[in-house]
Order: sequence, then structure tokens, then C-alpha cells
Amino acid sequence: MIRDITIGQYYPAQSRIHRLDPRVKIVCTLLFLVSLFIQNSLLGYVIATVYLGAVIRLSKVPLKYIVKGLKPIVILLLFTVVMNLFLTRNGETLVHFWIFAITEGGLRTSLFMAIRLMYLVAGSSIMTFTTSPNGLTEGMEKLLHPLNKLNVPVHEVAMMMSIALRFIPILLEETDKIMKAQQARGADFESGNIIQRAKAMVPILVPLFVSAFRRANDLAMAMESRCYHGGEGRTKMKPLRYKSGDRIAYILTLIYLVVIFVVGRFVPFKLWIF
Amino acid sequence: MSIALEHVSYVYSPGTAYEKHALKDVSFEIPQGQFVGIIGHTGSGKSTLIQHLNGLVRATSGKVLYEGQNIYDEGYNMRALRSQVGLVFQYPEYQLFEVDVLSDVCFGPKNQGLSPEECEKNARKALELVGFPEKYYKQSPFELSGGQKRRVAIAGVLAMKPKVLILDEPTAGLDPKGRDEILDQVEKLHKETGMTVVLVSHSMEDIARYVERIIVMNHGEKMLDGTPKEVFRHYKELEQVGLAAPQVTYVMHDLKERGFDVSPDATTIEEAADEIMKSFRG
Amino acid sequence: MPTEMIQAEKLIYEYDKRDEEGNIIGSERAIDGVDIDVPAGSFAAILGHNGSGKSTLAKHMNAILVPTGGTMWVDGRDTKDPDELWNVRQTAGMVFQNPDNQIIGTVVEEDVGFGPENLGVPTDEIWQRVEESLKAVGMLDRRKDSPNKLSGGQKQRVAIAGVLAMEPKCIVLDEPTAMLDPNGRKEVIRAVEELRKKKNVTVILITHYMEEVIDADQVFVMDDGHIVMHGTPREIFSRVDELKSYRMDVPQVTMLAEALRKRGLNLPKGILRREELVEALCQLR
Repeated sequence: MIRDITIGQYYPAQSRIHRLDPRVKIVCTLLFLVSLFIQNSLLGYVIATVYLGAVIRLSKVPLKYIVKGLKPIVILLLFTVVMNLFLTRNGETLVHFWIFAITEGGLRTSLFMAIRLMYLVAGSSIMTFTTSPNGLTEGMEKLLHPLNKLNVPVHEVAMMMSIALRFIPILLEETDKIMKAQQARGADFESGNIIQRAKAMVPILVPLFVSAFRRANDLAMAMESRCYHGGEGRTKMKPLRYKSGDRIAYILTLIYLVVIFVVGRFVPFKLWIF
Repeated sequence: MSIALEHVSYVYSPGTAYEKHALKDVSFEIPQGQFVGIIGHTGSGKSTLIQHLNGLVRATSGKVLYEGQNIYDEGYNMRALRSQVGLVFQYPEYQLFEVDVLSDVCFGPKNQGLSPEECEKNARKALELVGFPEKYYKQSPFELSGGQKRRVAIAGVLAMKPKVLILDEPTAGLDPKGRDEILDQVEKLHKETGMTVVLVSHSMEDIARYVERIIVMNHGEKMLDGTPKEVFRHYKELEQVGLAAPQVTYVMHDLKERGFDVSPDATTIEEAADEIMKSFRG
Repeated sequence: MPTEMIQAEKLIYEYDKRDEEGNIIGSERAIDGVDIDVPAGSFAAILGHNGSGKSTLAKHMNAILVPTGGTMWVDGRDTKDPDELWNVRQTAGMVFQNPDNQIIGTVVEEDVGFGPENLGVPTDEIWQRVEESLKAVGMLDRRKDSPNKLSGGQKQRVAIAGVLAMEPKCIVLDEPTAMLDPNGRKEVIRAVEELRKKKNVTVILITHYMEEVIDADQVFVMDDGHIVMHGTPREIFSRVDELKSYRMDVPQVTMLAEALRKRGLNLPKGILRREELVEALCQLR
């Protein structure tokens, strides 16, 4: 159940996208998200689709995985589509029944909104699929490094993130184990009203917290014994260095951004109502 | 009055890249009152196997029969089954959560829907059965030593008055005396109550000392099934799958090779010592 | 002047006992007057039941804890001296009991590199050390894997490699096998043996598996914060009843020899290995 969520998971493979510097992936993902919001036209979405499709293709992550990652937002998606479809009153009415009306504008907005949402999630999941959690945190750390001057503990936050990522699967497994152990003692998590169900969580949450604290304590000790003393004076086993591929990726994404902006805004291409 | 598996198979995440056959066509029957050991290296399927016995994991195919009835039948009361077949997980102390020992042990009976008085009666009885000292009943379970915590956790299952007790590695992480104490306690329990006991263990020495029957699991399949003597006779095959016989069994085989007139079947220290003495006198 | 790798003199560790409101209601001595000497390059084992103080003692060797009385020297450095803290931790590396809770990296090789990174070792040398350390514990082929995919024994070997990469003179292993299955235990013990032979590091092994200490140069038995027995494995394991009184055990072969002695066979005391017992029995015939 919990394991079905693919967002934030790493899909190990050897691909051009995997090999890119994490910083490139973070920045380009942000640019891609921006590109979805600076235009709202059919041609613009065609260009975005080409860009996203090409990246997915290059990343060697099966499309199935990315589609699966969209599952958790299905409800949000449906909600947005329905709301926009019926509540936007703009342009000619296409269908009319009882108090509902679907207008040209409504159809257009709801469709574009859905695409935008899906591309948002797909775009970010491509980043997490192709970048190891450690790479991501290191990329963040490096990108946010200037904030250090403002006394923001960038290294510490990055270290915390990477540790959290390492322990998520361990704690998930532990939750599963504790649930089963309590079920073996007759606990029932499935029936009863909301209050009863919330109460049924206590025998899971207490042991889980106790265990998480124990682990945190052990880990802190292990880190100290291996001479960890914060980011100062630390060297890197895998320092981030831009390579030619990274520069190309930046250039291509920038070109994409310019093209989508220009085409999306200034080329008056319309197909029917879109 | 028995628990039986008929052609049970279990597949993890079928249809995905992670598909894995955890159990393959496993069948056996455990009659009421037997003390059974299950051995197998990590990943041999023994943990998955015992979770089938109380319905926590549902077989992909095959049947699990408790007292002759298929537990997968529609309308079968799984929660009733779980109080009949008590399962104590590995490191069970990690499931403790209540403010004091007695309340924690009451959790099972409470889930069975018993009155507070009955809950407490059963809990007290269970704590007594595992030899837990009464002066600590009102203490927080988190302040106890490792061995005591484990007793409380086992009592938490016993308080449901199960007819079958399954223990997954009950001695993991304990010191030698603590290991012996827990197992002696389990043996006493078995003798006094006539409860069926299924003991999962990595220690061949422990298994040989306590159980009357051993089931060996390997790669999700039942590899051997018999008395300790019968099973440890196959010590060479056991080694091939990453297991071993108790140390004394090896000593006996060595002695036999060196021309001693001993039966190499001994699996415990007592048996081995008796056998060696016989050869000296004889 | 301390000359040994690990040396403790009248070591005391006291901590405050608190009631439920957090008020101090007294103090408890986890370690009470311990003297030990472990020469460089040797193998020492510490036995003791849960709560005997052996883990607390181990944590002193790495300056995770500092004594409240007496002194602990690691390679001649006083662990109480704050200026020596990082030197002490680099000299005596530590491997803990729970394999999951001491691996920091999300990839095997990155975890092994964690120590050298903290020490400020240059990048190229980190790679060299990581490779060498993983090779030494036989885990080089899993360097790109996630630690979550490894077995318990493999995780512990990675943890050992992580310590090795810091090039310590001494490795303290605090019950490294307690949570492992027999195969995992063998793997770890074999890896430690290799290190002793090839890298000549001092090894201090804390355990309650009797079979693991047979090869030690000296064995310490702890109970209630004291060292209650000290000697070679043979000396220690010939005192079966005394060991048992400290909640310890002896290897099964030793037990069998003892049972035979009690039945009247004239076997020598302190038999540790299967071959020894068989040989001794053949002699008697």
C-alpha cells in the first residue's frame, strides 16, 4: 500500500540523464516547471510534451513507472478538471443540461490544467527517478551554498535530508512489522469509527517512535565515532563538477524555455477552441 | 486438533520486477501438543511460513487448515484464529507500548473482548507462566532489561490463551544465560500446558536440545522433516545449504571415523557423553 | 607512562540516576575500577552478560564516553583530553551492534567514504582507501549497491570497511554479531581475522558468543562493572562453573569435555576445539 507511491523513489539505470550533475537536474526541473506556467497554448504544450518525452526516453525509466507516479494525484486531477469544466463560464456554450453548462473556455482550461498538473508531477518524478537521494541532497547543498553566508545551516540540513532518505525504507519495514505483531495480538486496524481507528494507531505509533529515537541515538553515536563534526574541514568523495554533458543540458533547456515562451505567447495558432 | 499446510505457495509482488517465490508447495501437519523446530537460513522462507499459520499472510495458492477447517473459507474468523495461534515475532520487545507491564500484557485479552477483570487475570497468569517477577508488574516496560522485556512480550501473546505458540528467534540478542532461561521457560510451558510450540531458531544446539521434530526450510521449500536425529543425519546436505548440525554431532562423526564404537546420532551433550562413555566401558 | 594500544587504569564511569520527574536520586557505577592492557597488534575479547558494563567500557575506547574516574589511554593519548578527541577516534575505530543504525550512506561506497571525508582526506585518496577497505572485507563487488539490499553480515562488513578507511590502529567491535544469523556471524568473524593477519590492527571484540573468542590472545570477563576473570581462552574456559555464574557459557565442545570429565574420563581442562577433543579421546583409548 505505502510501497505503491513511486514519487521520490530512485530508479537505478545507466542513462545520459542519470549521469547528469544533480544541480543540472534540479535547475532544469525548475525551469521546466516555470515553462508550464509562462504560457498556456496548444503549441506550447506540444513543445513541452516533446521536451518531456525526450527526457523520459533518454532517462530509460519505463513510462509505466511515471504513469504509476501519477496515481496519487488522480483525485486532485479529477477534482480540478470537474471544477474547471463546470465553473468556468467563458465563450460559447457547448453542452447545456439542467443547471450545468460546459463552455469552450471551461473545456479549454480544464484540459490544459490537467496537462499542466500531470507534467508537473511527471517532470519532478523524472528528477527523483534519475538522481540518487544523496545526489539530490548534495546538489541542493551546493546550489544553496551561498545561503551559508546568511547563517543558514545548509550542510546540516542536507545531511539531515540524506539520513531521512536512508531511513525511510527501514522505518516503513519496521511499521509493517509492528503492525503485524499487534495484529497477532488481536489488534484491529480496519473496523470502527474514526476515533476508534485513531486509537488503534497508538500501539503502532508508540513503538515506532521509541524505535526511531533509539535508531537516531545509535546513528548519532556511529557518526561521532567516525569523526563527524559538521561540514567544516570536510572533503568530498564525490565532489560535484560540471562536465560537457551538463553544459549541453543547460543550453538545451534554456533554448527550450525561450522557444516555448516565444511560440506559446506570440504564435497565434489555434485548433478549434484550443 | 492440529494445524496443517496443504500445498502452500506464496509469491511476493507477483507480476512485477520484484516477483519472488517465498514459499513453494509446502505441506505438513503439526498435531496438537508437538514441540516443533523450524530451521533455515535467512531468506529461506521460514518467517513467511510462520505468518501463514495465523493468517497474517495469505497464501497465493494452497490451503491452511486449523482444526480441519480451511482458514481461507469465506466468513472464517481470522481474529479468533490469531488468539488460538499465538505468534511471537523476532525482537518482540519492540512492540511494547503501554505505560506499565500489566497493561501491556492486557492488550491481547482486551482485543478479545474480555472484561477488565478477566483481562487482568489472564495477564497475571501469563506473566507467571514466563516467570516474570510480580514486583515489576507496575513498571514501565521500557525500563526493563532486555531479557525481561522479552518475557513481557511473550506473556503478551500467552495472555490470549493460545493453543499454539509460535516463537520466531526468541533468544536473539540475549546473553547465554538469558537464552537458556527463555528456552527452559518455553519447555516448561509446553510440558505444563500441553501447548503446541513452534520454535524458529538459528541455533542447532538449541533446536536439538528442546524439540521433538525439525522442519528444515530452504529456498521456500520444505527440505527435511523428521526427528532431530533423522534430520541431523543429513548434516552434509545441511551444510550445502548454509546450515549445520550441532557441534557434538560433528565430534561423534569424527570419533566414529577414528574407530570409536559410537553411534554418530547424538545431538545433545548428554546423549554424546553417554554414548562416548559406553564405548569406553564396552 | 602508557605504552600499550589500549590501557585503562582504575577506570570508573558513574552516571546519575533520575526519578520520573528527572531529579537526581543517586548515582550508578557502570564501570567500577577497571584495569586493562591491550598490546598493539593483539586480539582481546571482552565477555559479559547484558548490562555487565562491557559496552560502556567499549565506548570509552573511542571517547564516546569519558571516564568519571581513573584514566583511559588509547595509543598513549588520554581520552579525557579534548584536544586529542579526533585523534583518539581515528586511532580506535568502532563497529556497533545494529547493522542498520550505523550505516550513513545510501550507497555502500559512499558510506565507506564517510569517515575519510570527515577527516578531510583528499578526494583521490578517499577513493583509494574506499577501494582498499572494501576489498579487505570482500565487499568490493557490492560497492554500488544500496545498503538496504545487503544481508546483516554484509552490512557489518561494510561497517568494518567504513572504520578501516579511516586507517585506525585499533578496531573495537561492540557485539558486532549479536543480531546476525550463524552465517552472518561467520562472515564477520572471518573478516576480522583477515584484518588481524594482514593489516596487523589491534582488535577488541565484545561478544557473548563463546566460539568467537577462542583465538583471542586474552579474554576479559565483566560482571557488574568489574573485570572478574582474565586470562587466555583456555584458562577462562577451563573454569566452567565460574563462567556460568557470570551468566556466560562455554563452547559446546568444552561442555562435552566437561561432561565427560564429570563422568570420570581423565581429559585435560579447557578443551576448545573439536579436533582437540577427538585427539584427547583417542589418547585415552
